[in-house]
Amino acid sequence: MNKYLKLFWIFFRVGAFTFGGGYAMIPIIEKEIVEKENLIVAEEFIDIIAVSQSLPGPIAVNTTIFVGYKLMGILGAIAALIGTVLPSFLVIIILAVFYNQIKDIQAIQLFFKGVRPAIVSLVFMSALKLGNAIEKKTFNYILMIAAFFAIVILKIHPIFTIIGCAVAGLIFTRRKEKENGIS
Amino acid sequence: MVFLKLFIVFLKIGSFSFGGGYAMLPLIEQEIVNVHEWLSQNEFIDIIAISQMSPGPIAINAATFVGFKHLGFVGALVATLGVVFTSFFLVVGLARIIIKNQNSTIVKGIFSGIRPGVIGLIVAACVSLFSASIVDVKSLFIGLAILLILHKSKIHPIGVIFISGILGIIVYSI
Repeated sequence: MNKYLKLFWIFFRVGAFTFGGGYAMIPIIEKEIVEKENLIVAEEFIDIIAVSQSLPGPIAVNTTIFVGYKLMGILGAIAALIGTVLPSFLVIIILAVFYNQIKDIQAIQLFFKGVRPAIVSLVFMSALKLGNAIEKKTFNYILMIAAFFAIVILKIHPIFTIIGCAVAGLIFTRRKEKENGIS
Repeated sequence: MVFLKLFIVFLKIGSFSFGGGYAMLPLIEQEIVNVHEWLSQNEFIDIIAISQMSPGPIAINAATFVGFKHLGFVGALVATLGVVFTSFFLVVGLARIIIKNQNSTIVKGIFSGIRPGVIGLIVAACVSLFSASIVDVKSLFIGLAILLILHKSKIHPIGVIFISGILGIIVYSI
């Protein structure tokens, strides 16, 4: 299969099953790109999520563009983006036309009522899996916990949390370099 | 020109929506309902219901829906293109810089801090997803059942989504 078509098809599946907001695509991309196809390692995928979160636009779209670009350049980014957007594009047009007939079908409502709590579990398991891929050292644990509390308790915006972590990482690396330089 | 105007409005929405999700609904509402009057308040509320039945980011769903209602299929295309336009160039631009400098100590240092931070971020997202979607005993049951399935098996997330949907139909029909 043409490599762009393959990328398109992977992201078509990602786009078709991303229910419940941006983070819902993490489990599917992780499974397809990191685990099954081994196209990107877990740590790189985490980096990509960070960048995607820090730029405007939906995180699922940003992640898709970044992964596509990293793997196959501009054309890869376009192929992946079309793949992610197309399913929702088609479904929305169908729903826009048939909404009045569809909205009263109970089974559909109940189906999505069941999907919503499952997304929490899916995203949580992905977080554990990705967290496992990170080197186990005190500095990393501190930042993980600090970022979590910054958002949940202090209500600091994720972008500022990421910037804070970046600064911490930079200072820590610099200091380590200096220590190594002296000794 | 109507198509250009539609494109620009969604370009604006795509460019100023950090974090995405429901946080950007007020911005969309302001532009679509109040400023341009392309949709009525009721039609706008439909977007939320429709987005919950449709895959993909809510920003994309809203763009496609508004474009389609307002100017048909081409309108849907133009609005969707508008909403992803800025993202595309920013992400590609930044990706290019990062990939080119991936061995520099500065980039390495930055990511050494961001990497664990993002894990905390995703877990924090789970907390807000939890409070939004675990609303009763039945949804708690589904969430726990799926957690158990994920822990015990290697089922693909797509399979898990189908299982949870069917669980939803069964559990909520009882």
